[in-house]
Amino acid sequence: MTAAECCSHRVTIVTGHYGTGKTEFAVNLALALAAGGERVMLADLDIVNPYFRSRERRELLEEAGVRLVATPRALADADVPALPAELHTVLEDRSVRGVLDVGGDPSGARVLARFRPRLLKEDHQLLYVLNANRHEVRTAERAIACLRGIEAMTGLACTGLVNNTHLCGETDAEEIRAGAELGGAVSRETGIPLLCHVAEARFVPELTDLKEPVFAIAIRMKKPWE
Amino acid sequence: MKREIWKGSEAIAEAAIRAGCRCFFGYPITPQNEIPEYMSLHMPQSGGVFVQAESELAAVNMVYGAAASGVRAMTSSSSPGVSLKQEGISYMAACQLPAVVVNVMRGGPGLGSIQPAQGDYFQATRGGGNGDYRTVVLAPANIQEAVDLTQEAFDIADQYRNPVILLADGLIGQMMEPIVWKERTPRELPKKTWAASGRRGRDHSNFVTSLLIDAPACEAHNLELAKKTAEMERNECRWEEIMLDDAELVLVAYGTPSRVAQTAAENLRRQGVKAGVFRPITLWPYPYARLREIAGLDRVKTFLTVEMSLGQMLDDVNLAVAGQKPVKFYGRSGGMIPHVSEVEQAALEAWKEVK
Repeated sequence: MTAAECCSHRVTIVTGHYGTGKTEFAVNLALALAAGGERVMLADLDIVNPYFRSRERRELLEEAGVRLVATPRALADADVPALPAELHTVLEDRSVRGVLDVGGDPSGARVLARFRPRLLKEDHQLLYVLNANRHEVRTAERAIACLRGIEAMTGLACTGLVNNTHLCGETDAEEIRAGAELGGAVSRETGIPLLCHVAEARFVPELTDLKEPVFAIAIRMKKPWE
Repeated sequence: MKREIWKGSEAIAEAAIRAGCRCFFGYPITPQNEIPEYMSLHMPQSGGVFVQAESELAAVNMVYGAAASGVRAMTSSSSPGVSLKQEGISYMAACQLPAVVVNVMRGGPGLGSIQPAQGDYFQATRGGGNGDYRTVVLAPANIQEAVDLTQEAFDIADQYRNPVILLADGLIGQMMEPIVWKERTPRELPKKTWAASGRRGRDHSNFVTSLLIDAPACEAHNLELAKKTAEMERNECRWEEIMLDDAELVLVAYGTPSRVAQTAAENLRRQGVKAGVFRPITLWPYPYARLREIAGLDRVKTFLTVEMSLGQMLDDVNLAVAGQKPVKFYGRSGGMIPHVSEVEQAALEAWKEVK
Protein backbone atom coordinates (compact mmCIF):
# COMPACT_ATOMS: atom_id res chain seq x y z
CA MET A 1 0.00 0.00 0.00
CA THR A 2 1.39 3.41 -0.92
CA ALA A 3 1.35 6.40 1.39
CA ALA A 4 -1.02 8.18 -1.00
CA GLU A 5 -3.50 5.28 -0.71
CA CYS A 6 -3.06 5.36 3.05
CA CYS A 7 -3.63 9.13 3.17
CA SER A 8 -6.65 9.63 0.96
CA HIS A 9 -7.41 12.86 2.83
CA ARG A 10 -5.44 16.11 3.05
CA VAL A 11 -4.84 15.85 6.79
CA THR A 12 -4.13 12.54 8.55
CA ILE A 13 -4.39 12.50 12.33
CA VAL A 14 -2.50 9.61 13.93
CA THR A 15 -3.74 8.58 17.37
CA GLY A 16 -3.43 5.48 19.54
CA HIS A 17 -2.29 4.39 22.96
CA TYR A 18 1.32 4.91 24.03
CA GLY A 19 3.62 2.27 22.64
CA THR A 20 1.44 1.40 19.69
CA GLY A 21 4.04 2.96 17.37
CA LYS A 22 2.16 6.10 16.28
CA THR A 23 5.32 8.09 15.86
CA GLU A 24 7.08 5.40 13.82
CA PHE A 25 4.01 5.17 11.58
CA ALA A 26 3.60 8.95 11.28
CA VAL A 27 7.28 9.53 10.46
CA ASN A 28 7.24 6.79 7.80
CA LEU A 29 4.00 8.12 6.37
CA ALA A 30 5.37 11.65 6.06
CA LEU A 31 8.61 10.44 4.47
CA ALA A 32 6.72 8.28 1.96
CA LEU A 33 4.33 11.10 1.06
CA ALA A 34 7.28 13.44 0.50
CA ALA A 35 9.01 10.81 -1.62
CA GLY A 36 5.86 10.79 -3.74
CA GLY A 37 6.37 14.48 -4.46
CA GLU A 38 3.84 15.92 -2.02
CA ARG A 39 4.41 19.05 0.10
CA VAL A 40 4.27 17.45 3.53
CA MET A 41 4.18 18.87 7.03
CA LEU A 42 4.51 16.57 10.03
CA ALA A 43 3.32 18.02 13.33
CA ASP A 44 4.67 16.61 16.59
CA LEU A 45 1.73 17.22 18.93
CA ASP A 46 2.73 14.84 21.71
CA ILE A 47 2.48 16.97 24.86
CA VAL A 48 2.98 14.05 27.24
CA ASN A 49 6.10 12.10 26.31
CA PRO A 50 9.40 13.86 26.95
CA TYR A 51 11.48 11.36 24.91
CA PHE A 52 11.21 9.40 21.64
CA ARG A 53 9.40 12.13 19.75
CA SER A 54 9.16 12.69 15.99
CA ARG A 55 11.09 15.95 16.48
CA GLU A 56 14.13 13.82 17.33
CA ARG A 57 14.23 12.93 13.62
CA ARG A 58 14.19 16.55 12.46
CA GLU A 59 17.33 16.20 10.34
CA LEU A 60 16.16 13.07 8.55
CA LEU A 61 12.72 14.58 7.89
CA GLU A 62 14.02 17.90 6.64
CA GLU A 63 16.54 16.25 4.33
CA ALA A 64 13.65 14.29 2.85
CA GLY A 65 11.71 17.50 2.31
CA VAL A 66 9.24 17.06 5.16
CA ARG A 67 8.62 20.25 7.11
CA LEU A 68 8.56 19.37 10.80
CA VAL A 69 6.24 21.37 12.99
CA ALA A 70 7.39 21.07 16.58
CA THR A 71 7.91 23.08 19.73
CA PRO A 72 10.89 25.38 19.18
CA ARG A 73 14.21 23.94 20.33
CA ALA A 74 14.42 26.36 23.28
CA LEU A 75 11.13 25.02 24.64
CA ALA A 76 11.49 21.42 23.49
CA ASP A 77 12.57 20.15 26.92
CA ALA A 78 10.73 22.73 28.96
CA ASP A 79 8.30 20.09 30.19
CA VAL A 80 5.31 22.31 29.36
CA PRO A 81 2.50 21.43 26.95
CA ALA A 82 3.45 24.17 24.47
CA LEU A 83 2.18 23.87 20.91
CA PRO A 84 3.93 25.29 17.86
CA ALA A 85 2.11 28.25 16.24
CA GLU A 86 3.10 26.85 12.85
CA LEU A 87 0.47 24.17 13.35
CA HIS A 88 -2.04 26.62 11.90
CA THR A 89 -0.22 26.40 8.56
CA VAL A 90 -0.98 22.68 8.37
CA LEU A 91 -4.64 23.39 9.06
CA GLU A 92 -5.05 26.42 6.78
CA ASP A 93 -2.73 25.92 3.81
CA ARG A 94 -4.69 23.57 1.58
CA SER A 95 -1.72 22.93 -0.69
CA VAL A 96 -0.05 21.05 2.15
CA ARG A 97 -0.46 17.39 3.12
CA GLY A 98 -0.52 17.23 6.90
CA VAL A 99 0.33 14.37 9.22
CA LEU A 100 -0.45 15.03 12.89
CA ASP A 101 1.43 12.83 15.38
CA VAL A 102 -0.72 13.05 18.49
CA GLY A 103 0.13 11.87 22.02
CA GLY A 104 -1.29 8.57 23.19
CA ASP A 105 -4.58 7.88 24.99
CA PRO A 106 -7.40 10.38 25.62
CA SER A 107 -5.25 12.71 27.78
CA GLY A 108 -2.65 12.99 25.04
CA ALA A 109 -5.31 13.54 22.39
CA ARG A 110 -6.85 16.43 24.36
CA VAL A 111 -4.57 18.75 22.44
CA LEU A 112 -6.72 18.23 19.33
CA ALA A 113 -9.95 19.40 20.91
CA ARG A 114 -9.26 23.11 20.44
CA PHE A 115 -8.63 22.54 16.72
CA ARG A 116 -11.85 20.59 16.22
CA PRO A 117 -13.82 23.42 14.51
CA ARG A 118 -10.96 23.99 12.06
CA LEU A 119 -10.34 20.27 11.45
CA LEU A 120 -14.03 19.72 10.70
CA LYS A 121 -13.72 22.22 7.82
CA GLU A 122 -10.74 20.35 6.39
CA ASP A 123 -10.59 17.10 4.46
CA HIS A 124 -9.22 14.90 7.23
CA GLN A 125 -9.06 11.35 8.56
CA LEU A 126 -8.43 10.22 12.11
CA LEU A 127 -6.53 6.94 12.32
CA TYR A 128 -6.28 4.79 15.43
CA VAL A 129 -3.12 2.71 15.72
CA LEU A 130 -3.27 -0.72 17.41
CA ASN A 131 -0.58 -2.87 18.98
CA ALA A 132 -1.77 -6.21 20.37
CA ASN A 133 1.36 -6.41 22.54
CA ARG A 134 0.51 -3.34 24.60
CA HIS A 135 -1.18 -4.46 27.81
CA GLU A 136 -3.46 -1.41 28.02
CA VAL A 137 -5.05 -2.11 24.63
CA ARG A 138 -4.34 -5.78 23.92
CA THR A 139 -8.00 -6.86 23.92
CA ALA A 140 -10.70 -5.54 21.59
CA GLU A 141 -12.64 -4.32 24.61
CA ARG A 142 -9.77 -2.26 25.99
CA ALA A 143 -8.69 -1.00 22.56
CA ILE A 144 -12.24 0.20 21.86
CA ALA A 145 -12.51 1.87 25.26
CA CYS A 146 -9.33 3.85 24.51
CA LEU A 147 -10.57 4.67 20.98
CA ARG A 148 -13.91 5.92 22.30
CA GLY A 149 -12.09 7.96 24.92
CA ILE A 150 -10.00 9.66 22.23
CA GLU A 151 -13.14 10.38 20.18
CA ALA A 152 -14.95 11.81 23.18
CA MET A 153 -11.98 13.96 24.16
CA THR A 154 -11.37 15.35 20.67
CA GLY A 155 -14.93 15.49 19.36
CA LEU A 156 -13.67 13.85 16.19
CA ALA A 157 -14.69 10.48 14.74
CA CYS A 158 -12.19 7.76 13.96
CA THR A 159 -12.30 6.76 10.31
CA GLY A 160 -9.71 4.02 10.06
CA LEU A 161 -7.77 1.44 12.10
CA VAL A 162 -4.09 0.68 11.61
CA ASN A 163 -2.58 -2.56 12.87
CA ASN A 164 0.97 -1.72 13.95
CA THR A 165 1.51 -4.69 16.25
CA HIS A 166 5.19 -4.95 17.09
CA LEU A 167 7.66 -6.08 19.75
CA CYS A 168 10.34 -3.48 19.03
CA GLY A 169 13.40 -5.37 17.71
CA GLU A 170 11.75 -8.75 18.32
CA THR A 171 8.83 -8.34 15.93
CA ASP A 172 8.06 -11.10 13.44
CA ALA A 173 5.32 -11.82 10.89
CA GLU A 174 3.42 -13.94 13.43
CA GLU A 175 3.11 -10.98 15.80
CA ILE A 176 1.72 -8.81 12.99
CA ARG A 177 -0.75 -11.57 12.09
CA ALA A 178 -1.89 -11.77 15.74
CA GLY A 179 -2.44 -8.02 15.61
CA ALA A 180 -4.49 -8.43 12.45
CA GLU A 181 -6.93 -10.53 14.49
CA LEU A 182 -7.24 -7.79 17.10
CA GLY A 183 -7.71 -5.22 14.32
CA GLY A 184 -10.42 -7.38 12.75
CA ALA A 185 -12.23 -7.74 16.07
CA VAL A 186 -12.13 -3.98 16.76
CA SER A 187 -13.32 -3.32 13.20
CA ARG A 188 -16.25 -5.77 13.47
CA GLU A 189 -17.30 -4.33 16.80
CA THR A 190 -17.07 -0.66 15.78
CA GLY A 191 -17.77 -0.74 12.05
CA ILE A 192 -14.59 1.28 11.50
CA PRO A 193 -12.60 -0.17 8.57
CA LEU A 194 -9.17 -1.73 9.14
CA LEU A 195 -7.21 0.48 6.76
CA CYS A 196 -3.90 -1.37 6.73
CA HIS A 197 -1.24 -3.34 8.54
CA VAL A 198 2.18 -1.83 9.17
CA ALA A 199 5.26 -3.97 8.72
CA GLU A 200 8.97 -3.52 8.21
CA ALA A 201 9.63 -4.06 4.51
CA ARG A 202 11.39 -7.40 5.21
CA PHE A 203 8.16 -8.93 6.58
CA VAL A 204 5.91 -7.86 3.69
CA PRO A 205 6.48 -10.99 1.53
CA GLU A 206 5.36 -13.16 4.48
CA LEU A 207 2.11 -11.27 4.92
CA THR A 208 0.40 -11.83 1.56
CA ASP A 209 -2.35 -13.83 3.30
CA LEU A 210 -3.70 -10.76 5.11
CA LYS A 211 -6.98 -9.41 3.75
CA GLU A 212 -6.07 -5.75 4.12
CA PRO A 213 -3.12 -4.03 2.45
CA VAL A 214 0.29 -3.73 4.14
CA PHE A 215 2.11 -0.41 4.47
CA ALA A 216 5.85 -1.08 4.44
CA ILE A 217 8.08 0.92 6.78
CA ALA A 218 11.72 1.23 7.78
CA ILE A 219 12.51 1.66 11.48
CA ARG A 220 13.37 5.32 12.06
CA MET A 221 12.80 5.73 15.81
CA LYS A 222 15.89 3.81 16.92
CA LYS A 223 17.29 3.68 20.43
CA PRO A 224 20.72 5.28 20.97
CA TRP A 225 22.56 1.94 20.79
CA GLU A 226 20.70 0.51 17.80
CA MET B 1 5.62 -16.96 27.84
CA LYS B 2 3.70 -14.08 26.31
CA ARG B 3 5.85 -11.07 25.54
CA GLU B 4 4.35 -7.63 25.94
CA ILE B 5 5.57 -4.12 25.23
CA TRP B 6 5.88 -2.06 28.40
CA LYS B 7 7.13 1.41 29.09
CA GLY B 8 9.84 1.31 31.77
CA SER B 9 8.05 3.47 34.34
CA GLU B 10 4.80 1.53 34.03
CA ALA B 11 6.65 -1.78 34.17
CA ILE B 12 8.42 -0.75 37.38
CA ALA B 13 5.06 0.21 38.93
CA GLU B 14 3.38 -3.05 37.89
CA ALA B 15 6.40 -5.07 39.06
CA ALA B 16 6.15 -3.42 42.49
CA ILE B 17 2.46 -4.27 42.77
CA ARG B 18 3.18 -7.87 41.77
CA ALA B 19 5.94 -7.99 44.40
CA GLY B 20 3.38 -7.19 47.07
CA CYS B 21 3.92 -3.45 47.37
CA ARG B 22 0.75 -2.16 49.02
CA CYS B 23 1.59 1.49 49.62
CA PHE B 24 2.87 4.01 47.11
CA PHE B 25 3.50 7.64 47.96
CA GLY B 26 4.91 10.00 45.38
CA TYR B 27 5.04 13.41 43.84
CA PRO B 28 5.21 13.99 40.08
CA ILE B 29 8.42 14.80 38.23
CA THR B 30 9.56 14.03 34.68
CA PRO B 31 10.78 11.52 33.46
CA GLN B 32 9.04 9.12 35.85
CA ASN B 33 5.47 10.50 36.01
CA GLU B 34 4.11 7.26 34.61
CA ILE B 35 5.03 5.48 37.86
CA PRO B 36 2.67 7.52 40.10
CA GLU B 37 0.15 7.72 37.26
CA TYR B 38 0.08 3.93 36.89
CA MET B 39 0.00 3.48 40.67
CA SER B 40 -2.92 5.91 41.03
CA LEU B 41 -5.07 3.63 38.88
CA HIS B 42 -3.75 0.17 39.66
CA MET B 43 -2.69 0.32 43.33
CA PRO B 44 -6.25 0.88 44.63
CA GLN B 45 -7.48 -1.86 42.25
CA SER B 46 -5.10 -4.33 43.90
CA GLY B 47 -6.17 -3.39 47.40
CA GLY B 48 -3.33 -0.99 48.12
CA VAL B 49 -2.97 2.67 48.92
CA PHE B 50 -1.86 5.44 46.57
CA VAL B 51 -1.29 8.96 47.82
CA GLN B 52 0.00 11.85 45.78
CA ALA B 53 1.76 13.63 48.60
CA GLU B 54 2.14 17.39 48.88
CA SER B 55 5.90 17.11 48.39
CA GLU B 56 8.74 14.62 48.00
CA LEU B 57 9.54 15.06 51.67
CA ALA B 58 6.01 14.15 52.68
CA ALA B 59 6.04 11.16 50.32
CA VAL B 60 9.22 9.62 51.71
CA ASN B 61 8.01 10.10 55.28
CA MET B 62 4.73 8.38 54.39
CA VAL B 63 6.87 5.48 53.16
CA TYR B 64 8.72 5.61 56.49
CA GLY B 65 5.41 5.30 58.34
CA ALA B 66 4.02 2.54 56.16
CA ALA B 67 7.28 0.57 56.31
CA ALA B 68 7.32 0.92 60.11
CA SER B 69 3.95 -0.80 60.21
CA GLY B 70 5.40 -3.74 58.27
CA VAL B 71 3.82 -3.05 54.88
CA ARG B 72 5.77 -3.17 51.61
CA ALA B 73 6.04 0.47 50.55
CA MET B 74 7.68 2.40 47.75
CA THR B 75 8.25 5.90 46.48
CA SER B 76 9.68 7.10 43.19
CA SER B 77 11.05 10.33 41.85
CA SER B 78 13.73 11.79 39.63
CA SER B 79 17.03 13.37 40.59
CA PRO B 80 16.08 16.70 42.25
CA GLY B 81 13.11 14.98 43.89
CA VAL B 82 15.33 12.20 45.21
CA SER B 83 17.65 14.79 46.76
CA LEU B 84 14.66 15.87 48.84
CA LYS B 85 14.07 12.28 49.96
CA GLN B 86 17.55 11.77 51.40
CA GLU B 87 16.56 12.66 54.95
CA GLY B 88 13.83 10.00 54.90
CA ILE B 89 16.21 7.40 53.49
CA SER B 90 18.73 8.08 56.26
CA TYR B 91 15.97 7.80 58.88
CA MET B 92 14.71 4.53 57.40
CA ALA B 93 18.23 3.10 57.35
CA ALA B 94 18.65 4.16 60.98
CA CYS B 95 15.34 2.59 61.99
CA GLN B 96 16.06 -0.54 59.94
CA LEU B 97 12.96 -0.11 57.81
CA PRO B 98 12.66 -1.94 54.48
CA ALA B 99 11.46 0.22 51.59
CA VAL B 100 12.13 0.73 47.90
CA VAL B 101 13.09 4.12 46.47
CA VAL B 102 13.15 4.49 42.68
CA ASN B 103 15.26 7.22 41.10
CA VAL B 104 14.77 7.72 37.35
CA MET B 105 17.72 10.04 36.83
CA ARG B 106 17.63 13.21 34.75
CA GLY B 107 20.17 15.92 34.05
CA GLY B 108 21.51 17.86 37.04
CA PRO B 109 22.75 19.41 39.25
CA GLY B 110 19.88 21.47 40.61
CA LEU B 111 16.70 21.31 38.59
CA GLY B 112 18.80 20.45 35.54
CA SER B 113 17.09 19.05 32.45
CA ILE B 114 14.47 16.39 31.87
CA GLN B 115 16.67 14.27 29.60
CA PRO B 116 18.38 11.05 30.80
CA ALA B 117 21.48 11.17 33.02
CA GLN B 118 23.47 9.28 35.66
CA GLY B 119 24.67 12.14 37.81
CA ASP B 120 23.25 10.74 41.06
CA TYR B 121 25.76 7.89 41.37
CA PHE B 122 27.62 9.44 44.28
CA GLN B 123 24.36 10.31 46.05
CA ALA B 124 23.01 6.77 45.69
CA THR B 125 26.16 4.78 46.41
CA ARG B 126 27.72 6.93 49.14
CA GLY B 127 24.51 7.52 51.06
CA GLY B 128 23.01 10.91 50.19
CA GLY B 129 21.64 11.31 53.69
CA ASN B 130 23.51 11.76 56.95
CA GLY B 131 25.20 9.17 59.09
CA ASP B 132 26.83 5.76 58.81
CA TYR B 133 24.60 3.76 56.53
CA ARG B 134 24.55 2.05 53.15
CA THR B 135 21.79 1.11 50.74
CA VAL B 136 21.87 -1.58 48.07
CA VAL B 137 21.73 0.20 44.69
CA LEU B 138 20.34 -1.73 41.72
CA ALA B 139 20.91 -0.41 38.17
CA PRO B 140 18.84 -1.97 35.37
CA ALA B 141 19.99 -1.75 31.74
CA ASN B 142 16.76 -2.89 30.08
CA ILE B 143 13.07 -3.02 30.93
CA GLN B 144 13.04 -6.74 31.74
CA GLU B 145 15.82 -6.18 34.23
CA ALA B 146 13.99 -3.15 35.65
CA VAL B 147 11.02 -5.45 36.34
CA ASP B 148 13.14 -8.22 37.84
CA LEU B 149 15.23 -5.88 40.00
CA THR B 150 12.18 -3.98 41.27
CA GLN B 151 10.74 -7.23 42.57
CA GLU B 152 14.09 -8.32 43.95
CA ALA B 153 14.47 -4.91 45.64
CA PHE B 154 11.52 -5.61 47.95
CA ASP B 155 13.02 -8.96 49.00
CA ILE B 156 16.45 -7.44 49.60
CA ALA B 157 14.88 -4.63 51.63
CA ASP B 158 12.95 -7.08 53.79
CA GLN B 159 15.88 -9.47 54.21
CA TYR B 160 18.23 -6.79 55.58
CA ARG B 161 15.60 -4.38 56.92
CA ASN B 162 17.13 -1.59 54.91
CA PRO B 163 16.04 0.78 52.13
CA VAL B 164 16.99 -0.31 48.59
CA ILE B 165 17.54 2.14 45.72
CA LEU B 166 16.55 1.28 42.16
CA LEU B 167 18.77 3.63 40.18
CA ALA B 168 17.47 3.89 36.62
CA ASP B 169 18.45 6.46 34.02
CA GLY B 170 15.75 8.43 32.20
CA LEU B 171 15.83 6.12 29.20
CA ILE B 172 14.79 3.17 31.39
CA GLY B 173 11.87 5.25 32.64
CA GLN B 174 10.69 6.33 29.21
CA MET B 175 11.55 3.65 26.66
CA MET B 176 9.42 0.70 25.65
CA GLU B 177 10.68 -2.85 25.31
CA PRO B 178 9.24 -6.35 25.22
CA ILE B 179 9.15 -8.13 28.57
CA VAL B 180 7.67 -11.29 30.04
CA TRP B 181 6.03 -11.52 33.44
CA LYS B 182 7.92 -14.42 35.01
CA GLU B 183 6.79 -16.61 37.85
CA ARG B 184 9.28 -15.76 40.54
CA THR B 185 10.31 -17.52 43.71
CA PRO B 186 10.48 -14.98 46.51
CA ARG B 187 13.27 -15.28 49.06
CA GLU B 188 12.61 -16.82 52.43
CA LEU B 189 12.29 -13.78 54.59
CA PRO B 190 12.28 -13.16 58.33
CA LYS B 191 8.93 -12.36 59.95
CA LYS B 192 8.40 -8.68 60.68
CA THR B 193 8.22 -9.12 64.45
CA TRP B 194 9.55 -5.57 64.85
CA ALA B 195 6.64 -3.89 63.04
CA ALA B 196 4.73 -1.16 64.87
CA SER B 197 1.43 -2.58 63.72
CA GLY B 198 -0.55 -2.65 66.95
CA ARG B 199 0.25 -4.70 70.04
CA ARG B 200 -2.24 -7.50 69.32
CA GLY B 201 -1.49 -9.59 72.39
CA ARG B 202 2.29 -9.10 72.29
CA ASP B 203 3.92 -8.68 75.71
CA HIS B 204 5.90 -5.65 74.55
CA SER B 205 5.49 -2.57 72.40
CA ASN B 206 7.44 -2.14 69.19
CA PHE B 207 8.98 1.28 68.98
CA VAL B 208 10.51 2.79 65.84
CA THR B 209 12.93 5.70 66.30
CA SER B 210 16.28 6.91 65.04
CA LEU B 211 16.99 9.08 68.09
CA LEU B 212 19.79 7.53 70.13
CA ILE B 213 20.86 10.45 72.25
CA ASP B 214 23.31 8.38 74.32
CA ALA B 215 26.52 8.26 72.23
CA PRO B 216 27.69 4.76 73.27
CA ALA B 217 24.21 3.42 72.46
CA CYS B 218 24.27 5.21 69.09
CA GLU B 219 27.66 3.70 68.27
CA ALA B 220 26.52 0.24 69.32
CA HIS B 221 23.51 0.63 67.03
CA ASN B 222 25.74 1.73 64.15
CA LEU B 223 27.96 -1.30 64.67
CA GLU B 224 24.86 -3.48 64.36
CA LEU B 225 24.01 -1.71 61.09
CA ALA B 226 27.60 -2.25 59.94
CA LYS B 227 27.16 -6.01 60.37
CA LYS B 228 24.29 -5.84 57.90
CA THR B 229 26.42 -3.73 55.58
CA ALA B 230 29.06 -6.46 55.56
CA GLU B 231 26.41 -9.10 54.92
CA MET B 232 24.95 -7.14 51.99
CA GLU B 233 28.45 -6.72 50.55
CA ARG B 234 28.99 -10.47 50.82
CA ASN B 235 25.66 -11.58 49.36
CA GLU B 236 24.24 -9.01 46.99
CA CYS B 237 26.97 -8.08 44.53
CA ARG B 238 25.96 -8.53 40.88
CA TRP B 239 27.47 -7.75 37.52
CA GLU B 240 27.42 -8.89 33.90
CA GLU B 241 30.39 -9.67 31.67
CA ILE B 242 29.82 -9.12 27.95
CA MET B 243 32.39 -10.40 25.43
CA LEU B 244 35.03 -10.38 28.17
CA ASP B 245 36.41 -13.91 27.62
CA ASP B 246 39.19 -12.69 25.35
CA ALA B 247 38.86 -8.93 25.79
CA GLU B 248 41.95 -6.73 25.79
CA LEU B 249 40.06 -3.45 26.10
CA VAL B 250 37.36 -3.33 28.77
CA LEU B 251 34.51 -0.80 28.68
CA VAL B 252 32.89 -0.33 32.09
CA ALA B 253 29.35 1.05 32.08
CA TYR B 254 26.04 0.61 33.90
CA GLY B 255 22.41 1.21 32.91
CA THR B 256 21.60 2.10 29.31
CA PRO B 257 25.10 3.47 28.52
CA SER B 258 26.25 -0.16 28.87
CA ARG B 259 24.19 -0.85 25.75
CA VAL B 260 25.87 2.02 23.92
CA ALA B 261 29.18 0.54 25.12
CA GLN B 262 28.17 -2.93 23.91
CA THR B 263 27.36 -1.68 20.40
CA ALA B 264 30.67 0.22 20.43
CA ALA B 265 32.51 -2.95 21.53
CA GLU B 266 30.92 -4.96 18.72
CA ASN B 267 32.01 -2.28 16.22
CA LEU B 268 35.52 -2.26 17.72
CA ARG B 269 35.77 -6.02 17.32
CA ARG B 270 34.97 -5.61 13.63
CA GLN B 271 37.98 -3.26 13.49
CA GLY B 272 40.18 -5.88 15.12
CA VAL B 273 40.15 -4.52 18.69
CA LYS B 274 39.09 -7.18 21.18
CA ALA B 275 36.70 -5.13 23.28
CA GLY B 276 34.25 -6.26 25.95
CA VAL B 277 31.94 -4.72 28.52
CA PHE B 278 31.93 -5.05 32.30
CA ARG B 279 28.51 -4.00 33.58
CA PRO B 280 27.93 -3.56 37.31
CA ILE B 281 24.29 -4.35 38.16
CA THR B 282 24.69 -3.46 41.83
CA LEU B 283 26.45 -0.12 42.20
CA TRP B 284 26.63 -0.74 45.91
CA PRO B 285 27.93 -3.24 46.73
CA TYR B 286 30.28 -2.61 43.81
CA PRO B 287 31.87 -5.66 42.15
CA TYR B 288 35.39 -4.53 43.10
CA ALA B 289 36.86 -8.01 43.52
CA ARG B 290 35.91 -9.28 40.07
CA LEU B 291 36.93 -6.08 38.31
CA ARG B 292 40.29 -6.16 40.14
CA GLU B 293 40.76 -9.75 39.02
CA ILE B 294 40.04 -8.79 35.39
CA ALA B 295 42.46 -5.87 35.64
CA GLY B 296 45.13 -8.31 36.77
CA LEU B 297 44.86 -10.47 33.63
CA ASP B 298 47.86 -10.15 31.28
CA ARG B 299 45.71 -9.87 28.18
CA VAL B 300 43.66 -6.95 29.54
CA LYS B 301 45.48 -3.79 28.53
CA THR B 302 43.22 -0.84 29.36
CA PHE B 303 39.84 0.31 30.68
CA LEU B 304 37.37 2.92 29.47
CA THR B 305 34.59 3.99 31.82
CA VAL B 306 31.49 5.30 30.06
CA GLU B 307 28.85 7.27 31.94
CA MET B 308 26.03 9.75 31.47
CA SER B 309 27.82 11.97 33.97
CA LEU B 310 31.24 13.58 34.13
CA GLY B 311 32.92 10.74 36.00
CA GLN B 312 31.37 9.34 39.17
CA MET B 313 31.48 5.55 38.86
CA LEU B 314 35.00 6.26 37.58
CA ASP B 315 36.07 6.50 41.25
CA ASP B 316 34.92 2.93 41.88
CA VAL B 317 36.58 1.65 38.71
CA ASN B 318 39.83 3.24 39.87
CA LEU B 319 39.42 1.68 43.34
CA ALA B 320 38.90 -1.72 41.72
CA VAL B 321 41.62 -1.54 39.07
CA ALA B 322 43.98 -0.15 41.71
CA GLY B 323 46.53 1.16 39.24
CA GLN B 324 47.14 -2.21 37.59
CA LYS B 325 46.12 -0.84 34.17
CA PRO B 326 45.20 2.60 32.78
CA VAL B 327 41.61 3.75 33.34
CA LYS B 328 40.24 6.27 30.82
CA PHE B 329 36.91 8.03 30.85
CA TYR B 330 34.23 9.17 28.42
CA GLY B 331 31.01 10.79 29.61
CA ARG B 332 28.22 13.10 28.57
CA SER B 333 26.22 15.12 31.04
CA GLY B 334 23.17 17.25 31.66
CA GLY B 335 20.84 14.98 29.68
CA MET B 336 23.04 14.22 26.68
CA ILE B 337 23.43 10.56 25.70
CA PRO B 338 26.87 9.27 24.66
CA HIS B 339 26.79 8.35 20.99
CA VAL B 340 28.14 4.96 19.89
CA SER B 341 30.69 6.63 17.59
CA GLU B 342 31.95 8.89 20.40
CA VAL B 343 32.50 5.88 22.68
CA GLU B 344 34.26 4.04 19.86
CA GLN B 345 36.52 7.03 19.29
CA ALA B 346 37.40 7.34 22.98
CA ALA B 347 38.07 3.59 23.12
CA LEU B 348 40.37 3.76 20.09
CA GLU B 349 42.32 6.59 21.70
CA ALA B 350 42.71 4.57 24.91
CA TRP B 351 43.75 1.58 22.82
CA LYS B 352 46.43 3.53 20.89
CA GLU B 353 48.17 4.38 24.16
CA VAL B 354 48.67 0.75 25.18
CA LYS B 355 48.96 -1.36 22.05
